[in-house]
Amino acid sequence: MKKKLLAVLLCVAMTASLAACGSSSSSDSSSDTTTEETSEDTEEAEETETADSSAASDIKIGVIYVGDENEGYSASHINGVAAAAEALGISSDQIIEKTNIPEDETCYDAAVDLAEQGCDIIFATSFGHEDYLFQAATEYPDIEFCHATGYQAASYGLDNVHNYFDYIFEARYVSGVVAGMKIQEMIDNGEITEDEAKIGYVGAYPYAEVISGFTAFYLGAKSIVDSVTMEVKYTNSWADISLENETAQALIADGCIMIGQHADTTGAPSACEDAGVYCVGYNIDMTSVAPSVALTSSTNNWEVYYEYAISCVLNGESIVTDWAEGYSSGAVLITDLNEDIVAEGTQEAVDAAEAALKDGSLHVFDTSTFTVDGETLADDDYVYDGYYHESELASAPSFSYIIDGITEK
Amino acid sequence: MNHKEPLVRMKKRSTVSLKQAVLVRLIAVLLSLVVCAVFIVIVTQQNPIQVYAGIIDGAVGTGRRAWVTIRETVVLLLIAVGLAPAFKMRFWNIGAEGQVLMGGLASAALMIYLGDLLPNFVLLIVIFVASMLAGLIWGYIPAFFKARYNTNETLFTLMMNYVAMQVVTFCIVFWENPAGSNTVGIINAASQKGWFPTIAGNSYVLNVIIVLVFTVLMYYYMAYSKQGYEIAVVGESQNTARYAGINVKRVIKRTMMISGAICGLAGMVIVCGAGHTISTSTANGRGFTAIIVAWMAKFNPFFMILISALLVFMQQGAIQIATQFGLNKNASDIITGIILFFLIGCEFFINYELEFRKKQKEA
Repeated sequence: MKKKLLAVLLCVAMTASLAACGSSSSSDSSSDTTTEETSEDTEEAEETETADSSAASDIKIGVIYVGDENEGYSASHINGVAAAAEALGISSDQIIEKTNIPEDETCYDAAVDLAEQGCDIIFATSFGHEDYLFQAATEYPDIEFCHATGYQAASYGLDNVHNYFDYIFEARYVSGVVAGMKIQEMIDNGEITEDEAKIGYVGAYPYAEVISGFTAFYLGAKSIVDSVTMEVKYTNSWADISLENETAQALIADGCIMIGQHADTTGAPSACEDAGVYCVGYNIDMTSVAPSVALTSSTNNWEVYYEYAISCVLNGESIVTDWAEGYSSGAVLITDLNEDIVAEGTQEAVDAAEAALKDGSLHVFDTSTFTVDGETLADDDYVYDGYYHESELASAPSFSYIIDGITEK
Repeated sequence: MNHKEPLVRMKKRSTVSLKQAVLVRLIAVLLSLVVCAVFIVIVTQQNPIQVYAGIIDGAVGTGRRAWVTIRETVVLLLIAVGLAPAFKMRFWNIGAEGQVLMGGLASAALMIYLGDLLPNFVLLIVIFVASMLAGLIWGYIPAFFKARYNTNETLFTLMMNYVAMQVVTFCIVFWENPAGSNTVGIINAASQKGWFPTIAGNSYVLNVIIVLVFTVLMYYYMAYSKQGYEIAVVGESQNTARYAGINVKRVIKRTMMISGAICGLAGMVIVCGAGHTISTSTANGRGFTAIIVAWMAKFNPFFMILISALLVFMQQGAIQIATQFGLNKNASDIITGIILFFLIGCEFFINYELEFRKKQKEA
């Protein structure tokens, strides 16, 4: 009996520890697809190798990811690095990528290991990597260290540390326009009244990056339907597929007729597909899991930055401390519209908004379009010329007002 | 005449010589490497020898990598050392994860609140005591209920893990930097208060010293002390223990206090000696992995060194093969799983031998 119990317990312990090991990868993965991708990668690399330039053949690039190709956020960075390398004629064996690196001393270990392998520039992509990446940067002054979504580079006191982000709020605004057009159509068809135009938003953390994102999304929708309101619920996790699914269900139960998200999985779109509620995704095209309700997704094109930073190193130029760009340089975009379900005229509205963002005639955080506690934002370091200068002083988003019309729960 | 003898029969071995036992384990390791190689070839089309070389390179290829492997090994070892007395007593302490977290939380709290007030070595001593105390309390609670009300300790300790995680989440709300980001970041990055000092130019020497001291102490405690003997008797049979006049409840509570305290100390080694931060993933599953280490080593602290080194070696190697061959991290989890399967499975052949049906002699 005791032996049996022991055997059962060992099994439990093994499964638990394996599950604990694997918990960082958010979705189920099959190693088959991974290897296929890998072998394709190497083939591509061989092709590009023939076209490399002399400077490009020496550079070594290190990248630290919080997840792997199975997780949307890291996948977008992985693709960005690969595309930038191809554009610059850098072969894939000059890129050393470390995946599934958690936000603790493992990141420092990884950064130092990359430095010791001779990397000229090292990127880390997750918010919590910043302290550890810059800790490594103090030991290697000749290597450039770039961190996505962070905020400390400007104040860190080192020349070789940099932050980068993009104007994802612009893409969220445009995806909000798509949502707004759909809501307007629902009102016009008599499916809902103007007062019932309520958006639900599945947010990760009550934190500037998320707040800035949902405000932009809301303002995009509001530019089409003035009566729209929004309810935000937080999951307190960047990627938790079942929690995001439940949160979306709760929002739908609260009467939301459109769901937006700032969380990394397909949990919310699947809940929307089941409930028949329209939704707008993030990072990746959600039509694979929600073909009948997913309108579009806002997404980042990281290639733009990687190409910029790597060519700076190639040309011996210095990299800006804080980098953030948007539609004007193609760093953000929305995925293809789901033509079967988007409202008529959506493409035209999207084109108009994108053009206005590009030429600077439209600002997402235009202070004439929203109020905070019933009042327009007063001018300060961020607010002048009639709009909030998001991501201009520092690359990380800073807009953290809860504007009227949005409720947090 | 009619009843047939089965083809294979299991027979319990009466004695196993050390040589035999070592041989069986060696064969198991070799077989597991062969099966892994088959897996690597079929699924990934990579050369298995190169993959193995990549694992070795990733774990000990450079001085830095070797030290990281050592740092991770001693943490896992310390948790296993803490778990050993509890499991030897047949007290299923699945709660090391929570005990480690609470120890780490106490360490982080003191680094944050006392960092400016005390000189570093005083602070480290305070943290040393506090982290053990935190783990001790977390281990004592289920032991108290087990001794008093005979509650199920497996469930109790398991649930205490989740309570610990929520306590950590709660504290992060106060310590997070910047607000709302849910990360604490490196604590005392500038002043290095509460960090283990570098010894002979290396940051991790103190980790090794602490863990080895506790490993040796635990060996003598379990093998030679009266209390260690009591633990063994309670584990074999509580009735025998009672008959021999051992206060079983007292032994349960005392042992779990020791077990929890050492796991709490592991939390300090992680927070002060390596990460300098706190999060819900500070323990990172090591509380469960350590159970395997303790059982496979049959609670012998010196064998635990070997087992934890093997597991960490594979884990560190995994990062490298993921990088080098574009293999997903899951591939290396499978390799580790196969090796564990063979190592645990081979215990059967150490305890039993197979007897094949002898050819029937014609009359």
